[in-house]
Amino acid sequence: MGNTINAIIKKYNGDETRLMDILLDVQTELGFINDWTVEQISKSLDIPQVEILQTLSFYHFFHREPRGKYTIYLNDSVVSNFYGKEEIKKVFEEELGIKTGQVTPDGLIGLFETACIGMSDQEPAALINEHPFPSLTPDKVKNIVKLMKEKKSIEDIKGNKYGEGNNSHYLMRSLVNNNIREKGAVIFSDYTPGEAVKKIVKELSSTDVIEELKKSYLRGRGGAGFPTGLKWEIARKAKGDIKYIFCNADEGEPGTFKDRVILTELPKLVFEGMIIAGYAVGAKYGILYLRNEYRYMKNYLEHVLQEMREEGLLGSFINGKKGFDFDIRIQCGAGAYVCGEESALIESAEGKRGEPRDRPPFPVESGYLNKPTVVNNVETFCTAVKIILNGAEWYNKMGTKESKGTKVLSISGDCERPGIYELEWGFSVNDILKKAGAKTQDVLAVQVGGPSGNCISEKEFNRILAYEDLSTGGSLIIISKKRDLIKDVVLNFQHFFKEESCGSCVPCRTLTVIYEKIIKKIVDGKGTKSDIDNLLSWAAFMKNNRCGLGQTAANPTISTIKNFRQLYEEKVKGNIELFNPDFDENSAIKDYMEVVNKK
Amino acid sequence: MSIFVKFTIDGQICLAEEGKQLIEAAKENNIYIPTLCNFSGIPPKGSCRICTVLINGKPATACTTKVSENMDIKTSTEELENFRKAVIELLFIEGNHFCPSCEKSGNCELQALAYRYKIMAPQFPYLFPKRSIEAWHPKLIKDHNRCILCKRCIRGIKNEQGKSIFAYGKRGENLEINIDKETSKNISDELAQKCMDICPVGAILVKEKGFTVPIGKRKYDYNPIGSDIEKK
Repeated sequence: MGNTINAIIKKYNGDETRLMDILLDVQTELGFINDWTVEQISKSLDIPQVEILQTLSFYHFFHREPRGKYTIYLNDSVVSNFYGKEEIKKVFEEELGIKTGQVTPDGLIGLFETACIGMSDQEPAALINEHPFPSLTPDKVKNIVKLMKEKKSIEDIKGNKYGEGNNSHYLMRSLVNNNIREKGAVIFSDYTPGEAVKKIVKELSSTDVIEELKKSYLRGRGGAGFPTGLKWEIARKAKGDIKYIFCNADEGEPGTFKDRVILTELPKLVFEGMIIAGYAVGAKYGILYLRNEYRYMKNYLEHVLQEMREEGLLGSFINGKKGFDFDIRIQCGAGAYVCGEESALIESAEGKRGEPRDRPPFPVESGYLNKPTVVNNVETFCTAVKIILNGAEWYNKMGTKESKGTKVLSISGDCERPGIYELEWGFSVNDILKKAGAKTQDVLAVQVGGPSGNCISEKEFNRILAYEDLSTGGSLIIISKKRDLIKDVVLNFQHFFKEESCGSCVPCRTLTVIYEKIIKKIVDGKGTKSDIDNLLSWAAFMKNNRCGLGQTAANPTISTIKNFRQLYEEKVKGNIELFNPDFDENSAIKDYMEVVNKK
Repeated sequence: MSIFVKFTIDGQICLAEEGKQLIEAAKENNIYIPTLCNFSGIPPKGSCRICTVLINGKPATACTTKVSENMDIKTSTEELENFRKAVIELLFIEGNHFCPSCEKSGNCELQALAYRYKIMAPQFPYLFPKRSIEAWHPKLIKDHNRCILCKRCIRGIKNEQGKSIFAYGKRGENLEINIDKETSKNISDELAQKCMDICPVGAILVKEKGFTVPIGKRKYDYNPIGSDIEKK
């Protein structure tokens, strides 16, 4: 075992900033990382054990004890629950004879839950040994458990009904479907890899590339909407001989799965965007930060990178141009939503816990390894390639005044056609409901932009999706009238934020616990009117957290209280303010009764 | 040669060296901005958020802000003071703080801030977490009940070889600060004392030593925290 660990550390040249890779590889080899392993890594890298544990214990896909030869992570997202996750969980538990959170006594199979794995268009879904198993049914679960008990390989358990497109590529063999419902003129239009690189080498200087992007008014597609051309320009002008380009593929916002599909079908478009950014900024290194839930794509993406090296699109002298050197590596995460925040993502790629940094300095000035770093979303890089190929003018003809081009949307929830839609900006929520096959009269609410976004009611379905109206990173969850909004949606989201808080800022660490607790109290029929008022007023304290996660962590509650207050009031009706309906005498004196030996 | 800049705090005109930490710059101008995770001489990390002020209208932590010419700073607005009060309350309800039995009582910055902000009963429900006390270390006690996770010990303490002794473990509500068994092994009495002194509360204590300064003669027994800065 010691040899295995040393070989892995040697592979990364004993570089402590590659601790994430080291831990991921060690876990793949040994199944889990115990105290002894931590000690070995600590000795080898010459860093304190407590610092290794700091990284290790931050990410929920790292295990400190065995989690089974087969490790099942059942998706606990809102949409998964809509589509019968509880029933699937019950069947798993019955067939395995264990509860969720346990491993079978023979150590063969472990059953756990995890937050949204990016499969909201094909729920309920689970990850088994990092392979996605979408659209689960009780019969499928029974069969999977049977094959696991027979100790079949994961390939045998998957079977051969692979998803369409590149999902069936021999390096992926995934059961995931793309569900591309509508292709638009930018991302999913015709594309020949390498043409944009050829064009810049022939015709455009680095400043020309930036000028073209600025003229296009392209804004970041991750949700914050920062102008891309400006970001690249700042990074280009930033002092430093070494610069980095990061692609943020840590798509963790529940209900979002567009990057999964783009990376599956158009990886070269993503990588070409990074190459162009490298050319414009003067960076030679790119890193694709891939969320652990998408690690099943890693071998396939590595293969694509190798192809691009062979085609002369990566490496030295790209397209024969002297001084145009660029290469990309893939950095996998290990399960932490907060790493989608750009500075937390950088920390994670440096082998640390994913704790957002204080700003300033911004990553464009001092990012990865304290060098100027551009972090952009998967979709942003793709769009940049198309703008370089077709020109800013072409791009500006699409969309609205402040939102140019198209947006790739992840649509899920209570509708007939969940999936990926690439639409020109300027569509209304009603348009989307129609396209996705949801009847407006059946729809209670639409969650726009995930839990950190906004939950809107019928009154706002005519609003336009655009940076100037309803801004979104691209996910819409449709919630029908048959759902209990507070119990099925808000409680799940508040639980999610509590689990995903890094814990550094006091209001985020503590109020996320309190929000979940009070929502639970209201759902249990034990809330009072003052609980609702408190939830609303305490939200102001969240604004002073360091990062976007903390600042928006009360949004599920406040946007639903604002738009659906009557639902809350129904749940607290009849409860008298003077008393605490949540007080339970028996549980309050439980410890005492134990001490005095009474039951 | 250092350049001095002019800026305002709550309308009062202030002067300080350009690029100075706002907390320090305010102090020089006899203005107290409450802090907890900040500690003079170690890099700031905006964790507790108590020092949040408005810089040209936008919230930012004063410990991570450097002063510049014409900066317009607001620190004592009603909203900010309510926020600070909330943070102090949150720190009390998320841990288990029993001041009368704590070695740090009277020298504790959290307790002192609670007095300054006249906190009687918190507006939030107590969480009563189950936390442990670690006493395996020959010289130190780590009481997780009292830890406010401010990272001062993580940022400010290194052993004689320059290695970290403290680090975070886990995340979110389970966040904790742990002591390294190896790097903390042979620490000197002086370093152990430094660990205790850097802690704003009673989460790190030196073993077999207590109440050397009696209650009644402690730092905040008579004057509220920050009053030394304001009275100058």
